[in-house]
Amino acid sequence: MEWDWEFVWQIMPTMIQGVKITILATILGSALAVVVGLAIALLRRSPSRLVSGTTGLIAEFIRGTPLLVQLYFIFYVLPDIGILLPPLVAGVIGLGLHYGTYTAEVYRAGIDNVPRGQWEAAKACNLSANQTWTRIILPQAIPPMIPALANYFIAMFKETPLLSAITVLELMNQAKSVANTYYRYIEPITLVGAFFLVISLISVIALRWLEHRYGRIER
Amino acid sequence: MAEPIIAIDGITKSFGAFKVLDKLSLQVMPGEKLALIGPSGSGKTTILRILMTLERIDSGHIRIEGEELYHMPKNGSLVAADERHLTRMRQKIGMVFQLFNLFPHMCVLDNVTLAPRLTKGTPREAAEKRAMDLLDMVGMSAKAKAMPAQLSGGQKQRVAIARALALSPKIMLFDEVTSALDPELVEEVLNVMRKLASETDMTMLLVTHEMGFAHDFADRVLFFDRGRIVEEGKPDEIFRNPKQERTQTFLRKIIAAGHRV
Repeated sequence: MEWDWEFVWQIMPTMIQGVKITILATILGSALAVVVGLAIALLRRSPSRLVSGTTGLIAEFIRGTPLLVQLYFIFYVLPDIGILLPPLVAGVIGLGLHYGTYTAEVYRAGIDNVPRGQWEAAKACNLSANQTWTRIILPQAIPPMIPALANYFIAMFKETPLLSAITVLELMNQAKSVANTYYRYIEPITLVGAFFLVISLISVIALRWLEHRYGRIER
Repeated sequence: MAEPIIAIDGITKSFGAFKVLDKLSLQVMPGEKLALIGPSGSGKTTILRILMTLERIDSGHIRIEGEELYHMPKNGSLVAADERHLTRMRQKIGMVFQLFNLFPHMCVLDNVTLAPRLTKGTPREAAEKRAMDLLDMVGMSAKAKAMPAQLSGGQKQRVAIARALALSPKIMLFDEVTSALDPELVEEVLNVMRKLASETDMTMLLVTHEMGFAHDFADRVLFFDRGRIVEEGKPDEIFRNPKQERTQTFLRKIIAAGHRV
């Protein structure tokens, strides 16, 4: 088997189409995970045992089952009860929910790290619960957790090939269709690896920068 | 005779099996300066925290300016206070903490203006003007744009005092405000408090281990032990001529530990 550069250039436009979808799915999935994670973290702190307990149980369930199974469920099982989602939407929901249960832990740690005195000072300043969260607690809790969040988004990015299982035309799926058309695997699959490697490396450099920028807060 | 501004009536507070306050009663008159002294765990800090609503009471009543703090009237009977009631009552009270608790992500000026802007809707310009006056009073106006991390402990505490004053409370609570400071920084904070005591008619409750300062500052000194007020009186009576044996023992220990009286 020989490496064929001409074939590489021939399939490149298709592969780049795939990269775009992969990146889009990662960005949308990350955005959803940020929101879902915060919602879970806040609901888990609810004074109502029912609310915090139920949220904890659901989060534990999602974290404890494979992402691939969840994707199948969202894309192939939900239509049975009338919820029909386009592949990319189903994929983003799957990624966002799954990783949201992990980012919730990051939020929890970040919120717990804000000293109790800050809550007390907010109360002495007579701030409402809402103002305390948005003006005092979250602005201090979020910057130190940005590197940890970014870490999960890089991990999510590397799991996007799972979306090929629910017919999302992301990078892996494009590579498979190219391979199936031309009966050549070496170039498309190598390209998939190369794309992931390059983007991951760039992300890791960005992550180091984020750690430097937001990793600690001065008191 | 005037009405007390704070009327504490038989309050009890336990942390688990440990009874911090035991049927404690206390009346404070408007403008009075009180020093609360006593060994650690005697309940003096807990009183301040309860008045600031940072801790709940197990039983008893507290009235601020004649109005129940933890209860409110509803359909002719007293029920537990809701958040709205507590918010309204908290406006009357300000607190300065041992560990300053400045908001580290905001500059000094924002620390002082935040509460008036958010809770009273004071426009930014007016809030900043008042904040600068307060910072001037505590000698910190030159650092208005500094971040808390850039300040010394004494400077942080002076800013924290300005922040508490920004809401114009009628009652100020000082919880061991110099205990976390390096010795050479204590005096600058005490000077601000002396100024405050002489220039305003605020009611002040001070928990302290600075006996010399308590003597000069307070109209009345309360000695706490095991959740009760063991002895109270004018500073001279308590410090020069304590009647209770426990007060005598405590003061002897404090003096032996190097504190001035």
